[in-house]
Amino acid sequence: MTSIAKPQIPLLPLERNQLGLTIRDYSGSMSTLCAGCGHDSVTAAIQEALWGLSIAPYQVAKLSGIGCSSKTPQYFDSAAVGFNSVHGRMAAVASGAAAANRDLVVVGVSGDGDSLSIGLGNLAHAIRRNVRMLYVIANNGVYGLTKGQFSASADIGSRSRKGEPNLLPPVDPMLLGLSLGATFLARGFSGDKAQLVPILKAGLSHGGFALVDVISPCVQFNDHEGSTKSFRYVREHELQDIDADIIPVRGQIHSEQTPGSVTEVELHDGSRVLFRAVPEGYDPRDRVRVGSYLVESARRGEIATGLLYLDETTPDMHQVSATTQDRLWDLPFDRLCPGSAELAKFQARLR
Amino acid sequence: MAELAPRRTLVPIPVTDVEDPSYFHKVVDCQWACPAHTDVPQYIRLIGQGRYGDAYLLNRKSNVFPGILGRTCDRPCEPACRRGRVDGDAVAICRLKRVASDLREDVGSGLPRAAEAKNGKRVACVGAGPASLTVANDLMPLGYEVTIFERQQLPGGLMRTNIPAFRLPAQVLDEEIAVILDMGVDIRYGTEIRSMRELLQMGYDAVFVGSGAPRGKELELPGRHDEVGETHIHIGIDWLESIAFGHVNKVGRRVLIIGVGNTAMDCCRSSRRLGGEDIRVMARRPRQYFKASPWELEDAEEEGVQIVVNHAPRRFLVEDGRLVGMEFDQVEWDEGAVHSKTVGTVRIDCDDVILAIGQENAFPWIERDLPLEFSSPQLAAVDEVTMQSTIPGVFFGGDAAFGAKNIIWAVEHGHQAAISIDNHCQGVSAAQRPAQTMRLTSRKMGITQWSYHNDYNPHGRQEMARVDLKRRFERLNLEVELGFGPEETAREVQRCLNCDIQTAFQAPLCIECDACIDVCPVRCLTIIRPDWADEEELRTRLNAPAENRSQAIFVSEALPQTGRVMVKDENLCVHCGLCAERCPTAAWDMARFELGIPYAGRPAEVG
Repeated sequence: MTSIAKPQIPLLPLERNQLGLTIRDYSGSMSTLCAGCGHDSVTAAIQEALWGLSIAPYQVAKLSGIGCSSKTPQYFDSAAVGFNSVHGRMAAVASGAAAANRDLVVVGVSGDGDSLSIGLGNLAHAIRRNVRMLYVIANNGVYGLTKGQFSASADIGSRSRKGEPNLLPPVDPMLLGLSLGATFLARGFSGDKAQLVPILKAGLSHGGFALVDVISPCVQFNDHEGSTKSFRYVREHELQDIDADIIPVRGQIHSEQTPGSVTEVELHDGSRVLFRAVPEGYDPRDRVRVGSYLVESARRGEIATGLLYLDETTPDMHQVSATTQDRLWDLPFDRLCPGSAELAKFQARLR
Repeated sequence: MAELAPRRTLVPIPVTDVEDPSYFHKVVDCQWACPAHTDVPQYIRLIGQGRYGDAYLLNRKSNVFPGILGRTCDRPCEPACRRGRVDGDAVAICRLKRVASDLREDVGSGLPRAAEAKNGKRVACVGAGPASLTVANDLMPLGYEVTIFERQQLPGGLMRTNIPAFRLPAQVLDEEIAVILDMGVDIRYGTEIRSMRELLQMGYDAVFVGSGAPRGKELELPGRHDEVGETHIHIGIDWLESIAFGHVNKVGRRVLIIGVGNTAMDCCRSSRRLGGEDIRVMARRPRQYFKASPWELEDAEEEGVQIVVNHAPRRFLVEDGRLVGMEFDQVEWDEGAVHSKTVGTVRIDCDDVILAIGQENAFPWIERDLPLEFSSPQLAAVDEVTMQSTIPGVFFGGDAAFGAKNIIWAVEHGHQAAISIDNHCQGVSAAQRPAQTMRLTSRKMGITQWSYHNDYNPHGRQEMARVDLKRRFERLNLEVELGFGPEETAREVQRCLNCDIQTAFQAPLCIECDACIDVCPVRCLTIIRPDWADEEELRTRLNAPAENRSQAIFVSEALPQTGRVMVKDENLCVHCGLCAERCPTAAWDMARFELGIPYAGRPAEVG
């Protein structure tokens, strides 16, 4: 908590995006998380990505489940529609929202508990369906809201604040996503917005389910020596082999040049992701290579970050289900719900 | 991380020295801009707490005349005020000073007292204006015997003669001057010093010249020195002085004021009170080039004075032995108002003309064959730090030193001259200046609790109530401004952004979590690799480009985890304390900065 709201300074010179809006127009209420929480940086990065892409604030649906991370949608984009779901069910609610209105920019924020424990099943099937949304896991390896128990993403051997080691293997959302056919996998660090903001922008421009795992240290319960998700540990073990940038169709272009040997992937909205540097033999579109890279780097004790995997060819939920191009609320009621006579006819066909 | 461009080499980090009192002092824009370095935020805070007497005494320590300055100061603090950069209107610092003065309880115990034992040193001051009075204020408590020679019958100098009573009531003036004179100053009224040589032979240990810039500039045009010209064309400051002493009590119906400085404003408003009805202030240049403070212009216009721009005086018109008007060239100016061209001539009728086109120094009483050197025909060569002339032991201050400035500069000159005089009399070189000091004390009371009011009050600058225009001209000395009432005061004190409550950063504690950067409402913080070429480049690479080059950039030591540095642009920080509230390790703290200012015989002390 802060004692005051952010002062609104009238003469502050703020940059405007293509909609004529300033970053302030994408803000929410003041954070009530602990001072120094990594999640606040994730919030700030999301805010900057939405602003930078000139996405209309009211066009966003922001959803979350339960947990510290799930409080954060309150802290950005007050003009968006919001939904704070049951624990672990954000992916299901988000799928519904995306199904009902294909124009929504769906942003889900969840945590390692909400997504990798109680909500793992919901997450898995949203990945499979390739729901078009940005799904951010603010991952701190710990249940902060219940005072510091290990979560499902805690590494083996990582120690709690009282010194107790974690004995169970972690769920790595990147490997999980790869095995389920995810189409966009990226990992960032709340302490490095220079990398995180372009990742989030690419995720928002992606034509399917964009899963972004953000290591977001818990200053209260998991920022000590012996933790593998502390600011210091992540900084010492972060592997930034993959350097990708996005050239959005919307918003400002901030990549000065296109170097000679780049892997370029065009996103569904025409934005382009440029992989300016990747390790020898790495192809961000090759599941096998990406999988072995992730396993190998983890075995070396390194935390691989960057836009790790990208596939723009797999159809998203709307394409698979051949849904209407209209938003459901635009449909006349008799088309949206044709009535019991039509239902009877349909059922007769199945008999 | 693979790199496209070779990584730039790190620069030796130009770590900001926050132990140097001038660094944080500069952040307190008002205090920095004030020639006497009055601790403005603290006195505003004291007013907010209803501690008017303490606020008054804090003022008095540095500016000696809070009641007078609260009405008449040129307010160099206000254009500098951070609030002006935030919402366009500075805090009404000057008016709050007047609040402290108006509402102060008995502050007798906090006022200076003459030393019981004299130290045997005698100091002569020429002129009883603000500079000399400050010298006396500083030296009497040290045991000096101070003699002031004043050619008038009353003390105050230009504060009495040139500032009309409707802006500064005599009672306010008398009260604050009495505090100084009552310490036992030997003041000799009606005594004009006519020879520096004689004064030097009178055996004083030091001489201070605070005789002002008493000569109003002439406008040598045809008709000026006719018999008519002598009676109906007046020199502004002399004319104001005649009003102050009751020698003038009326003026013609149509009055032209030549000049657009603050003296011109006092002249036109005085004319309004002496029977003038059609009063015009004639300016050669466009309005944005006027010397008068904007608020004085507004006051004059409110009272029905016309401001006429782009008219250059050509000659006085005398018909049948009577001043009937003036002829002006109508001019047009180029961009920047450097060159003008005449586009016509116009006659404006009038009964009186008042010349208010500036003041000059005049020292007919200083013999030019003394070892006292002059830097120009009008001005003695005076050291800007010590105020000493080329004769050791002879000092200048106020308008007498470097030409016409203002009261607050005169006070500061007085303080500095007093230090020099004390040094001189104790056998120490005047050049040896006592150092300023500083103290930084945390305002932290608990988690997100501060012992200062950190919330931002969006209120606009408060207007001051004035005497109704119908009643305003009833008496010549009816004070126009009524002072702030309790509600205006309460709102105005909260507009202050507490620039003295500094964001103090301790790099070794920082874990680079970005919390401060995310929360900062003005984006004035950046964590950056120290690989910039120079400060100019650094300014362009911050989260918000630092374009105000008059404001400092803070650069921390290397941060422990990455070797990057914390950079802060002091320009727009509103001292809200949110960075410190969101900091998990207390690397940021809000700490009050106090500047220790040395005075004669009293080393710098804080608190």
